[in-house]
Amino acid sequence: MITINNISKSYEKTPALNNISLTVNEGELFGLIGPDGAGKTTLMRILMTLLLPDSGQAYMNGLDVVSDFKKIRHIVGYMPGRFSLYQDLSVEENLSFFATVFGTTVKNNYDLIRDIYYQIEPFKKRRAGKLSGGMKQKLALSCALIHSPKILVLDEPTTGVDAVSRKEFWEMLKKLQKKEITILVSTPYMDEANLCDRVALIQNGRILDVDSPQRITEKFPRKIIRVRSDETYRLINDLRKYEKTESAFAFGQFVHFTGIDDKVEIPELDKYLEKLNHKNVLAEKVEPGIEDVFMSLMKEASPGPSEGGEKKQYNI
Amino acid sequence: MNTKVKHNNLSPTGENPGRETGPIITVENLVKKFGSFTANDNLTFDVYRGEIFGFLGANGAGKTTALRILCGLSTPTSGEVKVAGFDIYRETEKIKKNIGYMSQKFSLYEDLTVAENIQLYAGIYGISPKKRKAKMTELLKKLELEGAKNKLIAGLPLGWKQKLAFSVAVFHEPKIVFLDEPTGGVDPITRRRFWDMIYEAASNGITVFVTTHYMDEAEYCDRVSIMDAGKIEALDTPAKLKEQYNAKNMDEVFIQIAR
Repeated sequence: MITINNISKSYEKTPALNNISLTVNEGELFGLIGPDGAGKTTLMRILMTLLLPDSGQAYMNGLDVVSDFKKIRHIVGYMPGRFSLYQDLSVEENLSFFATVFGTTVKNNYDLIRDIYYQIEPFKKRRAGKLSGGMKQKLALSCALIHSPKILVLDEPTTGVDAVSRKEFWEMLKKLQKKEITILVSTPYMDEANLCDRVALIQNGRILDVDSPQRITEKFPRKIIRVRSDETYRLINDLRKYEKTESAFAFGQFVHFTGIDDKVEIPELDKYLEKLNHKNVLAEKVEPGIEDVFMSLMKEASPGPSEGGEKKQYNI
Repeated sequence: MNTKVKHNNLSPTGENPGRETGPIITVENLVKKFGSFTANDNLTFDVYRGEIFGFLGANGAGKTTALRILCGLSTPTSGEVKVAGFDIYRETEKIKKNIGYMSQKFSLYEDLTVAENIQLYAGIYGISPKKRKAKMTELLKKLELEGAKNKLIAGLPLGWKQKLAFSVAVFHEPKIVFLDEPTGGVDPITRRRFWDMIYEAASNGITVFVTTHYMDEAEYCDRVSIMDAGKIEALDTPAKLKEQYNAKNMDEVFIQIAR
């Protein structure tokens, strides 16, 4: 279990975390969802006892991240965002090094990593620096697990990873969760929120919302209409010019439209677009996704530490 | 077919924009080997003038290798490649003058100011000082960055950096701009704002060649190619690919090909 109470952290004058409070339950797969610069890594480094908060408290299975840091290091596994293993040691040397540091052996905990490690075992004599991205990721996860941690913290394990490898990685996490490990994972990919039990949406050092992904989208109060026509770019521009538009953004093959209020009806849109000679127009109500919610919450939240103009650019 | 996508006014039909005006990139039987490893295995494809071309593939499929060749940074083992009408073996310097490049990892110099970065790139591409000044004023105004002109890049929010990086990549009005994972890690609004800029560039006639791991972004492209293990396994409009693979979105198409 992870408990975070009113944590704040600034780098010189730049605030990175602003009064964050959060609880991750035992055995939960919890996602920190937010873009670069949201504060995800700072929060994780504080939890990993690698960075001191300016104020607030945090506990890992009841242990204080400041005063109990030595004990915490035995019960947590950490996979940092940047590949941090020894490039000039082989796959098996890295693994046995980390096992030894934690006073255990690869053999002792092999069960836990078997599903992941067997995929890179054929390359166990290869230097870590010579592995492909996907293999490095599997080795890093194996090393983070080799001392059988109670809590696993993964900082953007799927960033820059292709869609197939991302799916496989999440399948591995689901399997680990069954072994009663509490997992905190961060990602900038909004679609991965749906793979978590609960998520915190985080932006500019603030938490926008915490809930299950289902609940987050269910409680979204606005009506979203998805629109398609033969000319996507012109469609976006024309929708933005419409007097009843609050926002119009591309979502895959559709454009998601939110009106100035929820009274804007589909036939009105059809008519407006027909008048502008859009062909094959399709407009229909759609359930919101995590990205819809995130974008809406972003607009509500203050622009944060950056330029005052930041907010302005979102007002379409 | 009611899902065909047309982003620009170059092709009145909407189907395969730019075909009428011919390809801007032609690749025939491109092979690139590193020792015994074949990174690009006999690639053949065209990119049409003014289109947004999505270049997808799993990690290690050979995208970066091909991208480096198209940018004139690496020579093929064999095959014929022409970029903006120039030969990839003999005319790499001419190619470099006619393309723009932006990646998430490397774009602007963090310890130079906004204005200095623009001036640097304008100078590299040989834009005259007079023209440079007028264009810079115009650009800063368009990006609403006039007030941040003398700020260091390091202090700018990521969204601004990316917009500026893209604008710098097309500052010399190249025929083609190569974008290597330009939107990784940015927030969902900034990501869409960025695509607005891509659409705009394409509608001004710049060919956009883009790689991405976001499958929803694949839908924004006119045509998409998907590489796996050094080969191009699929190449068509998103609508046709979805039809061909009986998939409801590009994510499903990608998984079928790359898994």
